[in-house]
Amino acid sequence: MASRLTFAAMGLGAALAASPAFSAEPVTIGMITTLSGPAGYLGEDVRDAFILAMDEEGGDKLGGVDVELIVEDDGLKPENAQQIADRMIKRDNAEIITGIIFSNISPIVAPMTLGAGRFYISPNSAPSIFAGDKCHEDYFAVAWQNDSLHEAAGITAQKGGFKSAVVMAPNYQAGKDSIAGFKRFFEGEIVDEIYTQLGQTDYAAEIAKIRAADPEMVFYFLPGGMGINFMKQYDQSGMKSEIPLIVSAPSLEQRVMEAVGEASLGVATSSHWNADLDNAANKTFVEGFRAKYGREPTPYASQGYDTAKLIASALKATGGKVMDDKDGFRSALKAADFESVRGDFAFANNNHPIHDWYSIRAQKGDDGKLRLVTTGVIAEDHVDAYHDKCPLK
Amino acid sequence: MLLFVEQLLNGLQLGIFLFLVAAGLTLIFGIMGLINLAHGSLFMIGAYVAATVTGLTGSFLAGLLAALPAAAVAGVVIEFVVMRRLYDREHLDQVLATFGLILFINEAVTMIWGRTPLFLNVPDALKGTFEIIPGIPYPVYRIAIIAAGILVALLLWLVIARTRVGMLIRAGSTNREMVAALGVDIALLYTALFAAGAVFAGFAGAMAGPLVSVQVGMGEQILILTFVVIVIGGIGSVRGALIGSLLVGVVDTLGRAFVPDLLKLFLPPAEADGIGAGLSSMMVYLLMAVVLIVRPSGLFPAAAGAR
Repeated sequence: MASRLTFAAMGLGAALAASPAFSAEPVTIGMITTLSGPAGYLGEDVRDAFILAMDEEGGDKLGGVDVELIVEDDGLKPENAQQIADRMIKRDNAEIITGIIFSNISPIVAPMTLGAGRFYISPNSAPSIFAGDKCHEDYFAVAWQNDSLHEAAGITAQKGGFKSAVVMAPNYQAGKDSIAGFKRFFEGEIVDEIYTQLGQTDYAAEIAKIRAADPEMVFYFLPGGMGINFMKQYDQSGMKSEIPLIVSAPSLEQRVMEAVGEASLGVATSSHWNADLDNAANKTFVEGFRAKYGREPTPYASQGYDTAKLIASALKATGGKVMDDKDGFRSALKAADFESVRGDFAFANNNHPIHDWYSIRAQKGDDGKLRLVTTGVIAEDHVDAYHDKCPLK
Repeated sequence: MLLFVEQLLNGLQLGIFLFLVAAGLTLIFGIMGLINLAHGSLFMIGAYVAATVTGLTGSFLAGLLAALPAAAVAGVVIEFVVMRRLYDREHLDQVLATFGLILFINEAVTMIWGRTPLFLNVPDALKGTFEIIPGIPYPVYRIAIIAAGILVALLLWLVIARTRVGMLIRAGSTNREMVAALGVDIALLYTALFAAGAVFAGFAGAMAGPLVSVQVGMGEQILILTFVVIVIGGIGSVRGALIGSLLVGVVDTLGRAFVPDLLKLFLPPAEADGIGAGLSSMMVYLLMAVVLIVRPSGLFPAAAGAR
């Protein structure tokens, strides 16, 4: 008798527990990011800036709504990310998945998230597959579209009046995409395309090739330690003043500059954000980040912060409903009704940003310290190259 | 033509740098029969200590000199705690244990120094270029690395060929049990040898610091090439390590420099770039395969009685 009652109670309880109860509880946001290895500081910055935004509202709140942020490290391994995403979607009932840094991970996690009907909001990685005909109404990229980083470098090179260039990137998909993006806006002659190995540390051979090819400038995309290696070695070769370097944003940001020191002087880069951009949201962000963490924010931090603010604006609009009001949350996200630290911000039809790009150089201040200084605007309201292939409006 | 000479010089420099790392590894592998994957981690510790001390004192020489005892201490600690238990074990056990050490040391370095790469630049005295071959301005620092490598090679030759310790090392590589039976404290010899190997790795790491990114995991990148070097050169032989590293350095550099261009003569540019990049990264392993087919024990195997 008692056992039958117990079983009935258990069955009822199981039935109730099985249906995910999304409302009346904090909104669960799953952050899968890269925290370990040499590229760990990218995920660290995204996470820390996201938490800064939550703390500005008193802690664990976005848009006045209680949120629960679960952070896990993918270790740059797609199989790890897949397991983590599976856990977050099924066990933790995450309504939003965010945090992915690298583009070998996002093609695994994004389809899983979208297939489970959750929202995918990327603070960094934005490969072209999701910007074109495979775009999805619940997929949002807050940072940029991957190619735009290199298109901006191409615009910098074209505006700089250079007529010939040697381009260099590691021999993998993102490397090839970077050269394609650069070529889209650079109209000069590509004297040589050099493909290096992932993780390569010594670039003496490549530097000798550049010297022999004698172009007017060099463009390269070498993320992380590879870029630090090349910049140091190129500086030592003494060629920097004759054949200047133009790089895309990941190759010269705050941490890279601190690692290479004066080897970064004279290198031209571009970005959608810099710490010295003069708007109120950015001032609040930069000062808050410095105060809370005792270090300078990188563009990755600005992207994590913008992602949090975007989610906050949407949560405020729907009153904390995500899965319970998907259409409302989606249009609130699309409206992007928040003050971005980079200035102007809007979403294109494919949910990728329309924003401005700035030219940036490393300069020595009067106090002898190196800083990344914004020297001008190179593109206004730049939209990515894939948006017209996307069927979304 | 000048480009070819410059690339040859680059290959030699890379080769000598690889020798700095390989020398310690081949001694440990050859004499102690120990596969030490954590050799790359000792390389990283050398670089990190050099970067930290140089940052604090402003002198690269101080950083370099500080890296040596730091690597030695790290080596002694690792030997005491981990390696002692592995001498009689199979190579697979050694691989597993030292791989675990790599993970442990990587995390420890992250905990102490954080995730951002450290700043270490070429000292002012070694900045600039020098026309070592007329028409080719070559970075002074790379010339310094070549000089350091040659000095280390000479030092090793001197110690191994001309001192009692060297005699013990040579004897130990041929017949370990006999050396122990002759009353030599083999445990002390092994600890000293491991520490010496660690010092070489640390020195190489400190010298590499200004050229590469001082970051977690920098040791693993160099470790694979180093194992290729000692396999080609012959395990346990310092002469083999020198020849092997020069071969690997030159083949890798010339491969990267000229294979893509060679392919462009036959293939359309887009394919040539992609295949060329892949092929040039394979050259070193092709070389290893060829050497092993012709000489399965490497070019100068130590066990054959050669030094």
